[in-house]
Amino acid sequence: MSVGAMGSDNGNGAAAGAYILEARNIVKLFGDLRANDDIDLSLKPGEIHALLGENGAGKSTLVKIIYGALQPTSGTLFWGAAPVTISNPAAARELGIGMVFQHFSLFDALTVTQNIALALKGERDLKALAGRIETVSADYGLPLRPGALVADLSVGERQRIEVVRCLLQEPRLLILDEPTAVLTPQEADQLFVTLERLAGEGCAVLYISHRLEEVKRLCHDATILRLGRLVARVDPQQESAASLARHMIGTDVAALQSGSGAATGAPLLELAGLSMPTDDPFGVALKSIDLAVRSGEIVAIAGVAGNGQSELFDAISGERTSKSADAVKLAGAPCGRETITQRRRRDAAFVPEERVGHAAIADLPLSENLVLTHHAVGNDVVRHGLINRGAAKDVMARVAEHYDVRKNLADPEASALSGGNLQKFVVGREMTRRPRILVVHQPTWGVDAGAAAFIRQSLVDMARSGSAVLMISQDLDEIFEIADRIAVISRGELSEAYPAGELSPERIGLLMAGTHERAGRDVEHGAEA
Amino acid sequence: MILRLERRSQRSTLMAFLSPVLAIGITLALGAIMFVALGFDPGEALYIYFIDPLTSAWSIEEVIVKAAPLILIGVGLAVCYTANVWNIGAEGQLTMGALIGASIPIYFPDWQSPLVLILMLVLGIAGGALFAAIPAFLKNRFSANEILTSLMLVYVAQLLLDWLIRGPWRDPDGYNFPQSILFEGWQVIPPLGEGRVHIGAIFAIVAVIIVAFMMGRTLRGFEIRVVGTSPRAGSFAGFKGKRVVLFCFMLSGALAGLAGICEVAGPSGQLQPNVSPGYGFTAIIVAFLGRLNPIGVFFAGVLLAISYMGGEGVQVILGISDKTTQVFQGMLLFLILACDTLIRYRIRLVRS
Amino acid sequence: MEALEAVILTIITASTPLLLAATGELVTERSGVLNLGVEGMMIMGAVCSFAAAYTTGSALLGILVGLYAGVATSMLFAFLTQTLMTSQVATGLSLTLLGLGLSGLIGEGFTGLPGEKLESIHIPLLTDIPFIGPILFGQDILVYISLALIAAVSYVLFRTRIGLVINAVGNNHHSAHALGYGVIRVRYACIAFGGACSGLAGAYLALAYTPQWIENMSAGRGWIALALVVFSTWLPGRLLIGAYLFGTVWIMGLYVQGLGVGIPSQLLSSLPYLVTIVVLVIISGNRSLIRMNTPAMIGQPFAPER
Repeated sequence: MSVGAMGSDNGNGAAAGAYILEARNIVKLFGDLRANDDIDLSLKPGEIHALLGENGAGKSTLVKIIYGALQPTSGTLFWGAAPVTISNPAAARELGIGMVFQHFSLFDALTVTQNIALALKGERDLKALAGRIETVSADYGLPLRPGALVADLSVGERQRIEVVRCLLQEPRLLILDEPTAVLTPQEADQLFVTLERLAGEGCAVLYISHRLEEVKRLCHDATILRLGRLVARVDPQQESAASLARHMIGTDVAALQSGSGAATGAPLLELAGLSMPTDDPFGVALKSIDLAVRSGEIVAIAGVAGNGQSELFDAISGERTSKSADAVKLAGAPCGRETITQRRRRDAAFVPEERVGHAAIADLPLSENLVLTHHAVGNDVVRHGLINRGAAKDVMARVAEHYDVRKNLADPEASALSGGNLQKFVVGREMTRRPRILVVHQPTWGVDAGAAAFIRQSLVDMARSGSAVLMISQDLDEIFEIADRIAVISRGELSEAYPAGELSPERIGLLMAGTHERAGRDVEHGAEA
Repeated sequence: MILRLERRSQRSTLMAFLSPVLAIGITLALGAIMFVALGFDPGEALYIYFIDPLTSAWSIEEVIVKAAPLILIGVGLAVCYTANVWNIGAEGQLTMGALIGASIPIYFPDWQSPLVLILMLVLGIAGGALFAAIPAFLKNRFSANEILTSLMLVYVAQLLLDWLIRGPWRDPDGYNFPQSILFEGWQVIPPLGEGRVHIGAIFAIVAVIIVAFMMGRTLRGFEIRVVGTSPRAGSFAGFKGKRVVLFCFMLSGALAGLAGICEVAGPSGQLQPNVSPGYGFTAIIVAFLGRLNPIGVFFAGVLLAISYMGGEGVQVILGISDKTTQVFQGMLLFLILACDTLIRYRIRLVRS
Repeated sequence: MEALEAVILTIITASTPLLLAATGELVTERSGVLNLGVEGMMIMGAVCSFAAAYTTGSALLGILVGLYAGVATSMLFAFLTQTLMTSQVATGLSLTLLGLGLSGLIGEGFTGLPGEKLESIHIPLLTDIPFIGPILFGQDILVYISLALIAAVSYVLFRTRIGLVINAVGNNHHSAHALGYGVIRVRYACIAFGGACSGLAGAYLALAYTPQWIENMSAGRGWIALALVVFSTWLPGRLLIGAYLFGTVWIMGLYVQGLGVGIPSQLLSSLPYLVTIVVLVIISGNRSLIRMNTPAMIGQPFAPER
């Protein structure tokens, strides 16, 4: 176990105040876009340093430059005190920089050991490596089975692979990109313990997050970016979550107008014993799901990614039909066997998780993207099998105006829009129909704070105007902000929906974990065997 | 120096027009080099290849006769490829259309009525469509790769034809040649005017117009484009991918079958071992060169028809092998694919 | 016994080109690239190896030239699909069309000429053992190369780091790129290997199977090799079995015909194609088998962000 040994090498021995990494005047241009504009960043050994900013603030670009995945247009990196050029990720790892990606860089079809071996240069003896993986992972409280296929692991376990992979490289700097976004609160706590221990051993940690409470709790220092520029360097312990948010966004985010005292009415969306097997070996089967969403309320489904959310969304929308008509009822009408088009005609609307490739098509202009969900709902867009382009453009323009979709051209391709604007478009596209039932999946995923606030407000307004809104989300903050009732999905099973006031994040975490704990025990078993 | 591609934020409409022109230009340049390598005057050879066929009424008619099946099939394939459905078995569907359509005059040689011709055409269309439905069904039901199955069926269709005209369908008075009896009267498609051009050419133009309307204006065309670009978004829109697969295969099979029966009931007037000189494969090039657009397919079909004529021309006049035609066609497809990159990307040379 | 020996020998002859081409394609596909140009690379290998062997009188030189012809053809595909990011399906198709055309032109002057036959090896004593001698120790060198290649591929893919990287690139090119592997470079190499193998398969056709040049002599074998890779579910061991099964089917037709049974020869000739369809249906129908084994990135272009 050499991570500890490394600590004595540099961390504790290094003079206080000496930086392990320093980035000076980093500029990165993508065409006309200044993704990083004269940014400085410095980290000491043993320090947990937060890198804060909205989507599009330039965090990812900066981190990729440090990890060698991108080269700066100008500016210098210093490692220790010496200037370095980090030409690729392998060179970064050579220096002792490890990175845990938000979108894991893992290989589904390979084993844990093979995945880790791929990141370690010159690692040839996979048996010995498997042994080291077991030791290190157990030592840091992140148990892993070396022989398991990644495809069979939960999201939390996958992240452990990423972390252990870095630990085995004896890092002097560990970068984590939004690590808790995919974890249950309990898993996140375990990760913090590991990070604090690493820092105690002298490793520097660069921690990217937008969860400000977390940052206040964990980090010693914080660098804040906005629109590619460095806006503040603060001590998070001295700041409030609100003041951190102000730095990130530049203004106060409009507080949500909840218009509380929701008068809920008749159930509009009902699921009864909804089960759906999966023919995909990597998919999740839905097991007898019951839920009712009433007029006037927002019900949220919380859960860790990969627990059946997408499958549930497809089953409700009708992209996959059920064997029993009664499994899904819209406004009282059994429609489990109806197609998505028939369900749309029942005044239901759906916004899936993936903006590009599911909700919208990158290469098509917005007006044609509008036709995707408007071709069979009785407006002028399609008549007698003919598409009325003028009508499609009119509706699209209306959506863009009402839902603040910012675009450079009258009718640009979807790919030309920023994530936030495209999300406002796909949400607005459905809302403009004033549906009585709205089902959204991850409505503000990867969207800037302004757009997120706008979308959440729209959802609340929608519910208050008498619609039933079901929101599937992995963002607990978002859920607590707008949901009236909360249910939790775990391994394809859905809990009862509790009033939001009766649930704490910890309880939700336990519900999310449900079967996770069992999985954890299995892992330890495997390790002994 | 290395080649680097930069993605454009929007498709370049200019490049969408220029790319085929550029591809044709480079093909001609490479063709000139090829002729020099073979020891011929490139200017003369290229003139005979691409200009000469347009200088006499006879050869223009011949170009139309050859362009018609290429356009018919190419239009169907363009729809398939737009839907990301890879029918490469049009040659087999053409053969099957020809064979089933020709069964009428072969089994009822004495039947003469306008109905005969109509029936032949209908059976040709049905034969091609149903034969094309096989790979579609196998793809929908068993996820069997349609590229491989549709191609394998080409061999099967050709062997079936071979068996028929050497066996049960052989002309008893044909001196043992592998061919059927000669069709006559209402068993043959009437020519338009004096020459060899027949109504197959009109079918091609009608097909172009109908398909262009379908793809550009109708929900069905939109469905095909959506499913082809993003099956997941298509399913979200409520479009059924499997229905699109079957539709595209049967449409292109029907058009190929029509082209097939028009060949045997037109220029050939009988079934022979080779119904077409590879129209079904050349139409793949036609579809791409026409950028999967029916109007584009029209012009691409004419160009490739000229290249067939040119190949015969250089062989007769200069003694250059007509195999150069296939080389031209292959190069053209290769280059059009390469040039299409310019629609989406800018190319920069940068120091590495 | 002698008849059986002859049957087995011809089966080996029919299976070897399929095995060679499919071995190369298996590696290419494992790296996440679908090259439908196998038929085109094969036929280019055939015509070039025939021409070289005929001109120089050396079959071995012919093999080498065939190999290089396959590589050269595959590099056209690699440049388009990897550097220019064109559609792999369309580009593979065009490679086949171009290869068939070009080989026809190159081969025109060689049609009907007697070729240089690749001699079988003869080891005194061993080859002379009745029955098993000629089968095990009396083949030509390409047969042994084909078997050695599939063994080597199996070893490299599952036991070495190079193999691990190839599998990783084929499973998730974004992850491989993030870890610093040159996705495009790995794929170029795997495409080149595929081209080399197809070139060898072509050389085998033109030098050993029928030592002469016949236009379109690959007769769909490249496509069948592609189907074999699906049949094998990307596993070298199953590929070996599959190639020999298909070789057997190919030969069976000829023998049944020889027996004078009243089955039309065309039906027998179409057997390999029909069997290919049946096999595809059976294997592909098993969705979880395919899903578990297919290289996840197959056919998808990789565009590294800059």
